[in-house]
Amino acid sequence: MDNLRGKVAIVGAADTQVGKLPQFSPTGLCIDAARRAMADANITKDQIDGLITCNSMAEPYMYHAEAMAEYMQIFPRYCMSVGAGGSTTFSILHHAAAAIVSGMCNTVLITMADSLRSGLTRDQAMKMQSSAGHSQFEIPFGPTVPAFYALIARAHMHKYGTTAEQFAAIAVACRKHACLNPAAEMRTPITIDDVMNSRMIADPLHLLDCSLVSDGGSAIIMTSADRAADFPHAPVYILGVGEGHGHEHISQAQSLTTSFAVESGRRAYAMAGLKPSDMDFAQLYDCFTPTVLVELEDLGFCKKGEGGAFVENGNIELGGMLPVNTHGGLLSHCHPGNPGSMFALTETVTQLRGNAGARQVKDAKVAIVHGQGGIMSSHTTVILAGERH
Amino acid sequence: MTGQMDKFLPCPTPESAPFWQGCRDHKLLLQYCAACGTHQFYPRIICASCMSDQLEWREASGRGTVETYTIVTRAVSDAYAADAPYVIALITLDEGPRMMSNVIGCDVESVKCGVAVEVVFEQWSAEITMPKFRPVAGQPAS
Repeated sequence: MDNLRGKVAIVGAADTQVGKLPQFSPTGLCIDAARRAMADANITKDQIDGLITCNSMAEPYMYHAEAMAEYMQIFPRYCMSVGAGGSTTFSILHHAAAAIVSGMCNTVLITMADSLRSGLTRDQAMKMQSSAGHSQFEIPFGPTVPAFYALIARAHMHKYGTTAEQFAAIAVACRKHACLNPAAEMRTPITIDDVMNSRMIADPLHLLDCSLVSDGGSAIIMTSADRAADFPHAPVYILGVGEGHGHEHISQAQSLTTSFAVESGRRAYAMAGLKPSDMDFAQLYDCFTPTVLVELEDLGFCKKGEGGAFVENGNIELGGMLPVNTHGGLLSHCHPGNPGSMFALTETVTQLRGNAGARQVKDAKVAIVHGQGGIMSSHTTVILAGERH
Repeated sequence: MTGQMDKFLPCPTPESAPFWQGCRDHKLLLQYCAACGTHQFYPRIICASCMSDQLEWREASGRGTVETYTIVTRAVSDAYAADAPYVIALITLDEGPRMMSNVIGCDVESVKCGVAVEVVFEQWSAEITMPKFRPVAGQPAS
């Protein structure tokens, strides 16, 4: 399982503006992200021979990656779209790494964007996202996406005694980090009481337990580790990557409280030859607060059932034992749907380059990033570092 | 049945048609694998435990336990708004499989993990009758 370890690197990374951006189409944001990442890597479009995207909900194409290539008039020899919900970013990164190592291409552009805020009505966005449910055996009962995750939260509370205040501590940590990030959408500090007093959406999840609905895009450039030294910024190497796919529909999950992040994490740690205590910070998929809590347990940062205690007392804030979502995450930075965890990836690059300013993790050398898609369905974990190891 | 037609009505498939016919007849049907003795839900053309196609339809007890639930206050669409707040639950049937459904016929605040429930049927259209659940009288949460 060590065939990808240290063999590929991220050499360019950039985000578009995020928030409410009616002046951009989703395609426009996708191309703007690509342009910015190419500038960061100091390459021209002719140097890109691999392109991976994910489809836009607000402006879908039958063949999205091909449409983006055409728009930019680039002519890649490796071109595809991937859709795995919130796991898409890291699943794409896995595909890109394999394509580079196997010689299918040399330099891959990964670019993703969507306009869930301006390109869809709120009802359209809700309906589109709740379509992750089973069309016959879930959706007719009226679940929303928050409701799907509330089922997981309630099951964890029942089994392990986790409290709503502990979920709220995750929202507070993400907001604290967003306050230090000029690019973040939500920059007013919040307290646990603010979360608990915000409107109930799907019990036990309050409004501030739920991620944002945003416009935005983000892109990276990847190449082989051998080529990576030729670029202006210090490369960020991929040391480990692993996936785990447990189900698509939550009613079919083997467990409601333990996810296939256990599998994706085990595979990523094995490839990297590293363990949870080696991680200087973590970017964990945070569509809703309980998602982070389950991921912390399943990725081995604490024992199963102890996630509630782990997130208390600033432990996952900057300066704590394991800073989580240092840019503010989907909860407070931005969340344009499937591209959402791209910002966790570009933030990781920024941190490992040492360029994160007020929110810089001290001596940041090794990071773990994790995405999950569907309803705790598809999981991908990546371990990245500033040294090739 | 007011407004039910604007909800997201299930579209039966060849695999699931017997299940929905069962609901019309007020029977909760599950597939039973004659090869390995497992009940399964949702309906499939194979047994997901052993891949056998020796599946038969059997009427279930209609009883189960709430494994987890949520009370939805922000309805998914206007057609569901009149029901809010409503309970979405994952129910473990006595035969083993888990299903999503609504728990109805009670105060939403009274639903807890471990509550025993039984199936009730709610007609939405000529073709579609939905399997829902209500608490079994006199059965406290375990």
